[in-house]
Amino acid sequence: MKSVRTCLVVDDSRVMRKVAIRIVEQLDFDGIEAGDGLEALTYCRAAMPDAILLDWSMPVMDGIEFLRQLRAEPNGAKPVVVFCSAESRPERIRLAIDHGAAEYIMKPFDGDIIASKFEAVGLI
Amino acid sequence: MTPADLEFVAELVRRHAGVVIRADKAFFIETRLGPVARREKVPGVPALLEQLRRVPDPVLTRQVVEATLMQETSFFRDRAVFEQIGKTVLPELAAAAAARGDGRLRVLSAGCATGQEAYSIAMQATDLAAPAAVEIVAVDFGSYPLEKARTGLFTHFEVQRGLPIRRLLAHFDKIDENWRARADLRQMIQWVELNLLDDLTRLGTFDLILCRNVLGSLTPQAHDRVLAALEAACRPDAVMVVGALETSTLSAAFSPMGPRGLWRRRTSLADTPAPAPASAPARTQA
Ligand SMILES: C[S@@+](CC[C@H](N)C(=O)[O-])C[C@H]1O[C@@H](n2cnc3c(N)ncnc32)[C@H](O)[C@@H]1O
Repeated sequence: MKSVRTCLVVDDSRVMRKVAIRIVEQLDFDGIEAGDGLEALTYCRAAMPDAILLDWSMPVMDGIEFLRQLRAEPNGAKPVVVFCSAESRPERIRLAIDHGAAEYIMKPFDGDIIASKFEAVGLI
Repeated sequence: MTPADLEFVAELVRRHAGVVIRADKAFFIETRLGPVARREKVPGVPALLEQLRRVPDPVLTRQVVEATLMQETSFFRDRAVFEQIGKTVLPELAAAAAARGDGRLRVLSAGCATGQEAYSIAMQATDLAAPAAVEIVAVDFGSYPLEKARTGLFTHFEVQRGLPIRRLLAHFDKIDENWRARADLRQMIQWVELNLLDDLTRLGTFDLILCRNVLGSLTPQAHDRVLAALEAACRPDAVMVVGALETSTLSAAFSPMGPRGLWRRRTSLADTPAPAPASAPARTQA
């Protein structure tokens, strides 16, 4: 069987993870979840996902710190990282992009927005 | 809405905008006409139409027609089309315009709705060596979408459909919950309220014309008329873009530039051969 691509959804809100997982599964990704950056990093060390939908503000380890550490991992350049955060100040968004995020989604979002952003970065 | 009411509205829209309303659009039409009825202070859509049957007031007619038109659009709609425009078409046209002497590169967005198409071109123009030479004219039947387009204000949702985040940061300012296109983009675009069935010659001629997701909604007569008028507004070597999924075929004076609805006008009639063989030599025009 052809291996399905995986998308790791990192968000401290369980409801938000559920919504996002349902959307990425509709886009033919295998959805996996993590509740903070550290949990996400542990997952990535075991198996690098193809895409990561990443919240910014989380307990334990936030999105930016996770991204910094991810990129230092072997093979850590592989996942396409799309931020997904309520933070919408331009200078903050710029910071996320400068840390190596390919795209940025401002909450609230809908399925069309995720599809449009995933398309823009070549994930679909 | 009775079938007779729907047919009455459909006939108005056909006559005034050349647009075909499908029978399954009754609900959409009724929803759109509700606010018009409220503005007119009549108790509902049937009463609005009854009033219009008795007194065919041209201003109200226009409002009714405008309210029924679909204004669906997004930034960089059909990404592959904009990639082709940004990577090859615009730079080539800009070089040709510079070589021509006047330096102006004129673009028409025909049926621009709320302006995302025109702003997308404006953003791509800023990638050129001389963005100031680009002049965009954006035309629509509707005064409401144009009013919105002119402000350059787009919602949180609108700026997240098709617009890459880097473009958003580079070209828009955040104003409360909305985003506003910066002045350099806004100054590139001139907004014109105009029916595409009317005389288009007053708009002048263009190097690039986009008429996407408009032609497909028109009656055969309106389609042919608008297409002919747009072709006539093309400068030699101009590029015309119709919707990627639309079936409009341009006259023999144009040849397709790939599968996505882009066509280039041939410089002269002598340059209008039967379909060229695959091994055709490169064209020699500068
Ligand atoms: C579906 S939108 C397409 C917007 C944009 N071109 C795009 O592709 O995203 C169609 C637009 O064409 C306009 N339109 C339809 N008939 C027209 C006419 N006869 N004259 C001017 N505009 C017209 C409508 O008002 C509407 O805004």
